[in-house]
Amino acid sequence: MTSLSLGGYMSNQKYEPVIGLEMHVELNTKSKMFCRCSADYFGREPNTHTCPICLGLPGALPYINKVAIEDCIKIGLALNCTVSEKSLFERKNYFYPDLPKGYQISQYRWPLCVNGWIEVDDGDGNKRKIRINRVHQEEDTGKLTHSGGVTLIDFNRSGVPLVEIVTEPDFHDVDTVRNYAKKLQRLFRYLGVSNADMERGDMRLEANVSVRPVGQKELPGYRVELKNINSFRFMVAAIEYEIKRQIKELEEGWTLKQETRGWDEDKKSTYLQRSKEEAHDYRYFPEPDLPEIRMKSDEIGKIRKSLPELSWDKQNRFIEEYGVKKSDAEILTELTELAEFFEVTVEHGKKHGVDAKAVANYIVNKKPNISVVLPTQIIEELKGKKVGVIENMGELGELADEVISENPAMVGVYKKGKVTVIQVLIGAIMRKTGGKVNPNKIREILKEKLR
Amino acid sequence: MKLTRDQVKHVARLADLPLTDEEEEKYSQTISKILDYVEQLNQVDTSDVEPTFNVTGQNNVFREDTTDACLSQEEVLSNAPKKKNDMFETKGVFEKE
Repeated sequence: MTSLSLGGYMSNQKYEPVIGLEMHVELNTKSKMFCRCSADYFGREPNTHTCPICLGLPGALPYINKVAIEDCIKIGLALNCTVSEKSLFERKNYFYPDLPKGYQISQYRWPLCVNGWIEVDDGDGNKRKIRINRVHQEEDTGKLTHSGGVTLIDFNRSGVPLVEIVTEPDFHDVDTVRNYAKKLQRLFRYLGVSNADMERGDMRLEANVSVRPVGQKELPGYRVELKNINSFRFMVAAIEYEIKRQIKELEEGWTLKQETRGWDEDKKSTYLQRSKEEAHDYRYFPEPDLPEIRMKSDEIGKIRKSLPELSWDKQNRFIEEYGVKKSDAEILTELTELAEFFEVTVEHGKKHGVDAKAVANYIVNKKPNISVVLPTQIIEELKGKKVGVIENMGELGELADEVISENPAMVGVYKKGKVTVIQVLIGAIMRKTGGKVNPNKIREILKEKLR
Repeated sequence: MKLTRDQVKHVARLADLPLTDEEEEKYSQTISKILDYVEQLNQVDTSDVEPTFNVTGQNNVFREDTTDACLSQEEVLSNAPKKKNDMFETKGVFEKE
């Protein structure tokens, strides 16, 4: 069972995967979603960042963090969503030890943002439009550690603001999934709403995976939920495995069922999870302790105006404005700091005849430490490398004439037969031009003129 | 409205309550009675009335994103029936079986 021979199904063209994603991203607000405990919980002593609200003690009342709501709306706007005029929190009821209240404050029927879209490249570089069903606000749970037959709970993470982004089942290959996650990670960093560190669990991914015969328009009658997979790399591996497994099962005549599966990294395979809450019966109802949120268009407009230039817009601008290669533009826009450094360097380069493509090349290939290196140093170095070399023969001839007339003594020595002094003349030209001349070329020109 | 034994079992499981056979039978009777009582409300036509989820009439009640002191670890764990390594201890829950 562990060693499913899946090789033959890799190149199967009869089936098309149908994948929908749910992404959770932890916001980097100072305080938690509904209380004033510090949200900076990572690596802290267990149970030192809690209060009656995030511990779910009787009588404690939640109080909405304004910045978290604004951050959630920023994400929604960047993903072309409509911001709901009326939005409500609801209680999602289930029992699990990481959930002290017995319910999670989340959103269900009235999410903050709905109906968006984002364009993502697939494996072949074609643009795919992924529809966003919703972007909603909720709270994180505590952290469980399983050891020696017992489970230990640290509630520091309980109540940290979490935004959930749900797509329609618009993914048909793993590359698009990977590119989507990368694109969103970059977005969160540009917006400054999350550190978006996957290793730390700032971003978590759940996938609904099914396959259908190529050409079929309707969605398959089942979907397999891939859950509780903490690493992004494992999630991608799990989706890949799941596609092959499902095709194999269908080919063998089995009917696939709705189920939740996890990832076994040792066996490199997914496995059926026996979830405690088998039936998804969360009995959502509006949170009576929280008043509703009404967003007016002028407030939404204000948030929209506060958005920075988004990574994909910047990327397109770099390609159009500076003629940078697409792959370079992608690297240059990875971090706002790097993009800014690039633009400052380009600006400086203009004054010294160094073009933007050369700057892009340098930054992409040499990966200078931008917190140490100055843009001017890069331009100096690029000039030293004779980037922007003077090729024009007329210009080179003029330079040679200039140097010859300025160094009559050297010219005399040369003409007496000591031809090595031509180096002195070449050196003079190099100094004049800041090294923008090919020495072999100028040597030939000088020789010609000194004949 | 009659609640079946299976429905009672389902609700009990969602509420994480262990019920004996007698209790299941008893609750299918008594909960049914409560539902019948509440059912009377359905006689009122509310099709034109927006549901009331909140009676304060307020909206957009937000707080600024500032932090405040938390409870001490000692206080937090003081009521824990069992603790270990400064964490609450509970019976093992396993995601894999």
